[in-house]
Amino acid sequence: MNTLRPLLVGALLPILAAVLISALLLVAFGVDPFDYYGVVVHRGLLTPRGLQDTIIRMAPLMLIAASLIVSFRAGLWNLGTDGQYLLAAVVVAASCPLLDAALGHVPALLIGCVLALATGALWAVLPAMLRAWQGVNEIITTLMMSFLGTALANALVKLALRDPAATVPQTRTLPVADRLPRLFGTTVGLGVPIALVVLIAVHLATTHTAWGLRLRTLGANPRAARHAGIDVPRTTVMALVLSGAIAGLAGGIDIVGVWGNVRADWNPAYGLSVIPLVFLARLNGWAVIGFVLLFSMLSVGAESASIHVGVPSYFSFVLVALILLFLALAEWLGQRRQWAGT
Amino acid sequence: MREATAASRPPLIELRRVTKRFPGVVANDDVSFAIHAGEVHVILGENGAGKSTLVGLLAGMQRPDAGEILVDGHPVAIDSPARALALGIGTVYQHVMLVPTLTVAANLELGGRWYRRPDWRATADRFRATCRAFGMTIAPEAITGRLSLGEQQQIEIIRALWRGSRLVVLDEPTAMLTPQATGELIAIMRRLRAEGYAVVFITHRLHEAIEAGDRITVLRRGRVAGGLGPEVLTTTGRATLQSRITELMFGEATAASPDRAARAAAPKSGAVVLAVRGLTVRARGRAPLLDGVQFEVRAGEVFGIAGVDGNGQRELAEALAGQIAADAGAVMLDGADLARFGVAARHRRGLRYVTDDRLHEGTVGSFPVGLNLVLKQIGTPPFWSGGVARRRAITAHADRLIDAFDVRTPSAQTPIGRLSGGNIQKALLARELHGAARLVIYSKPTAGLDLRNIAAARARIRAGVANGSGAIVISTELDELLDIADRIGVMLGGRLVGIVANGLDARGRVAALMTGAAPADADAA
Repeated sequence: MNTLRPLLVGALLPILAAVLISALLLVAFGVDPFDYYGVVVHRGLLTPRGLQDTIIRMAPLMLIAASLIVSFRAGLWNLGTDGQYLLAAVVVAASCPLLDAALGHVPALLIGCVLALATGALWAVLPAMLRAWQGVNEIITTLMMSFLGTALANALVKLALRDPAATVPQTRTLPVADRLPRLFGTTVGLGVPIALVVLIAVHLATTHTAWGLRLRTLGANPRAARHAGIDVPRTTVMALVLSGAIAGLAGGIDIVGVWGNVRADWNPAYGLSVIPLVFLARLNGWAVIGFVLLFSMLSVGAESASIHVGVPSYFSFVLVALILLFLALAEWLGQRRQWAGT
Repeated sequence: MREATAASRPPLIELRRVTKRFPGVVANDDVSFAIHAGEVHVILGENGAGKSTLVGLLAGMQRPDAGEILVDGHPVAIDSPARALALGIGTVYQHVMLVPTLTVAANLELGGRWYRRPDWRATADRFRATCRAFGMTIAPEAITGRLSLGEQQQIEIIRALWRGSRLVVLDEPTAMLTPQATGELIAIMRRLRAEGYAVVFITHRLHEAIEAGDRITVLRRGRVAGGLGPEVLTTTGRATLQSRITELMFGEATAASPDRAARAAAPKSGAVVLAVRGLTVRARGRAPLLDGVQFEVRAGEVFGIAGVDGNGQRELAEALAGQIAADAGAVMLDGADLARFGVAARHRRGLRYVTDDRLHEGTVGSFPVGLNLVLKQIGTPPFWSGGVARRRAITAHADRLIDAFDVRTPSAQTPIGRLSGGNIQKALLARELHGAARLVIYSKPTAGLDLRNIAAARARIRAGVANGSGAIVISTELDELLDIADRIGVMLGGRLVGIVANGLDARGRVAALMTGAAPADADAA
């Protein structure tokens, strides 16, 4: 009872409240909320196809969450995951089909992952160094690098890395047979367990190792970090670069696991939707898995609902935003109660 | 002549029995004095003497709890900064309040009516004229942030005058100025005085007070310890003035405790634990933070560092602990040069630093007590093996220290930020004193503690050196250092200006060094 009540008040009630308010909004739009929620849950979770789509979608989300956990634990805001993701995706999409033809598919996939990590890391180096040695705010620099990265990725797809054989601007395509293997006869590929392992590894590393404690000390109190002898600039660079690398891996895994190529102007922009999830989970890797599952189901279900019920798929963002709002409210009320000493 | 005008007219501002309390402290206690037009009135006092509160009262940032403030002989309520300005009181704060990216002229136009287009040329012409009148040379089109601190202060003074001030309050304006800029500022104060303005000049430096002041009021622990009028200042010799003011600032010499006398009689002759040679830390575009600091601490010795806050004490502690890099000089612990060691390695070798900022620097408030106790040993065995934390070892270590240092905490898992100040201090001491401490640097070890904890902390520092280690105690409270130190070094402007052996005459000699009254080449006992 004692452990259940905070969970109920802190998490379940806000989610219920958000669902309720969204329902009222749907009614105001003239949509039967039961219809909408029914389709979302059914298509997102209860049909085999929907469930597989939901799980597949979780892979990039979990990797980006892992990337964000690394930087947030260090008190740094890597808001450039979208650029890191997309640029890595394009690099992998352009090189993997060629590597595949030359070396066979296992080396191609391995080299692809390394390339993805390196590209993401490279795109975070500049903000990391500016932050560490010049004190330039990384929120702005990572965001600007993200715009540059997405623009550059698009330009590359349309110009240098374009598949000469294709009519629309896109990169070469990795044959389906040579992508990451699928599991147990489903459409779910190896990308999902890889993402899961990375996320859990990041979680354990940040909570249980000396490396993670240095990161968390820097995040919680930079002056105390300096006082305790932590090399603040080095830790800053390491955290941001690693965060960029993992975001890059998300892009690479998505290409070699799911998409096979990158089309011009394609940008799923997962980064900005994962940030609230990571905060909802309070940077806890295990909790992130749950929230990513919920969000993944919502977005897959909402895409179906847009066809079946006529509610735009963006409505899932309204629901997520409301959940975030109510969770923050519950948090604030809880803290006030604590201050009041009851 | 001046006496005549002062008698015929009421003083410009008069404080009558003004008292201001904050929770736990009386910042101003029954303060009375008068400020006259055409005078530079120096308010002199140590840190915490109540100078800043006084400025707050005049500037309309604070209201007195008792007593009254009179302007032109009429009681007034200065209940807002705007009201203070309307009454003719302009304040220039220690930290410059100008927009660094705007030009000088634009800064002076700030606060104008929003619907009126600024007349840049008129502003610039007027500014040049004012500059000429006060002997300043600042271009109105210069970018403010590129000017020196002294020039920025001059702009603020002009702004105060333009807003109709008859009294200009300067809150510790010289704290961060070079000697040359200080000289210029004093010249400007003289011009202001000649033009019939009143100037209140807040400082803790005795020689500036004597040089600039027509009238000096000395504050000590919130009370007016005494005042010197123009009749005294113009007729008394400098040396006599210095000793009189020093006495007012720091109190008369009290009888030394017997063990202190004994300590002074038996100078320490143990091995040198810490040797500091020519330690220098430079700052970009400013006077060095540390300038050739040189001293030794012997086994069993408590070496006190006295000085008004902000004279390099923090930088000294950080440079010794390895938190900031020295530009020149050497630090030797037990004969070994520490130059290539960082914080963790110095900690391991026994050089420990107990910071005064317990909450913001010493600990991470949201982390458990147990983790905070090993914060300077991250990654080292037995608390980590192969980089992975061994929670049981950390908790067991914490439980031992909590027991040994009597830290009152529900458990080792409690976030340290929830403990009281005294208990956080004990936890910090536990972390720094644990193991083979060779030299412990204490920065303001008793600040914010209650009386019982103060006594305990001082006793612990004394007892700590009994095993042949050394200690450095940095404090702004002279009484504390006189109580526990064997020798006292005095810091002023980043330099160690003198070392005084603790004894019967130590108070006066240290106080004189602290205010810059005594020559810098005082004996190195």
